[in-house]
Amino acid sequence: MQTYNIGGDEWEITRILNKIGYYVVSVMTGNSSYEKISNAHTADLNLVQCHRSITYIAEMIEKKYGIPWLKVNFIGINSTIESLRNISEYFNDEGLKKMTEEVIAEELANIETQMQKFREVCVGKKAIIFVGGSRAHHYQTLFSELGMETLVAGYEFGHRDDYEGRNVLPSLRPDADSKNIEELSIEKDVKFYRLRVSEDRLEQLKKIMPIDNYEGMIRDMDDGTIIIDDLNHYETEVFIKAIKPDIFCSGVKDKYVVQKMGIYSKQLHSYDYGGPYAGFNGAVNFSRDIIMGMVTPTWGYIVPPWKSMPLLEGKIAYETEGTEVGLKC
Amino acid sequence: MLDHTPKRITNRSALVVNPAKTCQPVGAMYAALGIHGCLPHSHGSQGCCSYHRMHLARHFREPAMASTSSFTEGTAVFGGRSNLEESVKNIFAIYDPDVIAINTTCLSETIGDDISSIISDIEIPEGKHVIFSNTPSYQGSHITGFSNMVRAMVTSFAQGSARDDFINIIPGFIDPADMREIKRITSLMGIHFVMLPDASGVVDAPNTGRYEMYPKGGTRIEELIRAGNAKVTIAFGWFASAEGAYALERKCGVTPEIIQTPIGIEATDEFIMQLVRMTGKSVPNELEEERGRLVDIMTDTHFHFHGKKAAVFGDPDIVIPVTQYLLSLGMKPVHILTGTPGEYFVKKIKKMTDKAGLNSRVKAAGDLMELHQWIKNEPVDLIIGNTYGKYISKAENIPLIRIGFPILDRSVQTYLPITGYVGAMRIIEKISGVLLDRQDAEASDEDLELVM
Repeated sequence: MQTYNIGGDEWEITRILNKIGYYVVSVMTGNSSYEKISNAHTADLNLVQCHRSITYIAEMIEKKYGIPWLKVNFIGINSTIESLRNISEYFNDEGLKKMTEEVIAEELANIETQMQKFREVCVGKKAIIFVGGSRAHHYQTLFSELGMETLVAGYEFGHRDDYEGRNVLPSLRPDADSKNIEELSIEKDVKFYRLRVSEDRLEQLKKIMPIDNYEGMIRDMDDGTIIIDDLNHYETEVFIKAIKPDIFCSGVKDKYVVQKMGIYSKQLHSYDYGGPYAGFNGAVNFSRDIIMGMVTPTWGYIVPPWKSMPLLEGKIAYETEGTEVGLKC
Repeated sequence: MLDHTPKRITNRSALVVNPAKTCQPVGAMYAALGIHGCLPHSHGSQGCCSYHRMHLARHFREPAMASTSSFTEGTAVFGGRSNLEESVKNIFAIYDPDVIAINTTCLSETIGDDISSIISDIEIPEGKHVIFSNTPSYQGSHITGFSNMVRAMVTSFAQGSARDDFINIIPGFIDPADMREIKRITSLMGIHFVMLPDASGVVDAPNTGRYEMYPKGGTRIEELIRAGNAKVTIAFGWFASAEGAYALERKCGVTPEIIQTPIGIEATDEFIMQLVRMTGKSVPNELEEERGRLVDIMTDTHFHFHGKKAAVFGDPDIVIPVTQYLLSLGMKPVHILTGTPGEYFVKKIKKMTDKAGLNSRVKAAGDLMELHQWIKNEPVDLIIGNTYGKYISKAENIPLIRIGFPILDRSVQTYLPITGYVGAMRIIEKISGVLLDRQDAEASDEDLELVM
């Protein structure tokens, strides 16, 4: 599995996979180990959560060892369910399919009531997401499940395929930048290369799931929404003033700028030290945390009362004859 | 720890277990120490005086000087008149204070000593003063005692009816750092004032290598007298300060304005708005920026405390604004208790917690056993109160933030404010600190966060 482990996301994903009955051979995150990574070639499927950072490794693994990769998204309930169903479909094992449905049903039952309450608070709220690692795409699923709209999304280090999907790749011409990265030449490993599924079946699977493929973020965004690459500070301010989102998701360097503007900013690089946000329980954690940030009464104190309340109180005074002499302050 | 506190709450009458208050004279003595050159005098047995001095000295880690009428068995039978006459004579001869502030005790109150008549028969040296307040501890609490002594100051000293261009401030039973902070805010607004009493510079006097029985601080007699000429009196709190403000109105016609002790953003706003309304002065940029910094902190750290449940106990004029502040922070004050009697407390708190949609338990004249029982029935993330809360804190493994009186097991809190915008920042620092310390302590190795 090739993902990130922010706020324990990987542990939550692994928990679900183990519960269904999968054996997670190796996880390529900072908390992995040499031993596990050196066994990675024994896996039967490679799950790619972050399309930008690690797909090229997934491709090398496939070329060298014959392990296909599947683009997954464990952020958001529906995308988690879809990813789990794709995995079981790939393995095409009735037992796994059955367990997948059971686990989905069980996990959903645990969070349904809470999610319903969260939806009531979140519905209609507007979000801007500017965070890499496919998250600008992934979190839109979760926001839309909460009834929220993502009006602007973008990456800092995204490439065209992150936005437009991998079908643009053949049309891209190498430039100076692409030559910064050394081209590694990978060949089939004579000893360990093994086809996991037949080429025919793989072609079939590609029609129904993003296997060896990623279709990009744009496809999932509605008309009228905005995608912007490598947002700079000036643009951030312009967008926030124009859109007045309820939540702005990015990292710690923008966070306090945005909050100075009176808008809640949620870090999705570090999760504001919360999490996990992946999977079913993660959806609950995320919703709870962003609601806290959006509803905290502290936003209500930005304008001091002496800037918003009348400071002078008028009294009507009368002279002895009883004629009104005017307002005395 | 407190193993015998039952979870089931039963009706109790005529029994208080672990009181959430102390004696009237403690408050009276503290108020009296806020007069410059004043020696508090306890009209009762020595043990009373010792206890009250000890309590104050432990809280402030400062001398709390006071004399006593030193009752014996004989006094209990024949009354304390001759003891008091002798005391006053000796005190002026030996310790030479400008003022003797007499508080009574349960014993002298039960005997029925008529302090007023005793004093009127005593020859008081020229330029010296003797004031007194009745402080029976079977009524009210140390807060009532504080209030009674403030009233005595007003009725004994305040004179005049000119509505001069200054205000009176009755700070209530708060630490000297808070009195300083309130003076700083008022001065920043460019407003002249008399603060009565003012314990700053008395119970936080610097160490100079030389002991001064009457340190530089404290409200001067001239100021107490001129308080009658003020335009208005701002009194912080309905329990410790309102009576003094009303007495000033009755005696000198000074308009009383009773507002909350300025703890937390809303109560500080209320204080500053009151100053603006009463004087027409504008709010200086310096204060507005302080407030802005506080709001910035509140928003940036909201996830440290938002939604956390708290139990708050202590003195009513502090607990009310602390509760309000917790609500401003998005916290849930679910148990709120004071040892001082007064239904106003319950009404005021209920109004706030009802508005926040909380079904909080609120009680005046309650005790810490009951608070403990509430916590057993509905656990909280945090306890806010004085040092006596540490037993519940230990028994239930819930962090305690020390705010209030007495704080006997920590230091420095009397030197740094909890009032004003800066004080509100300190409260966040305390709350975030204990909650995050707890999270760190309980985190498994892989969950320990470097940045929070």
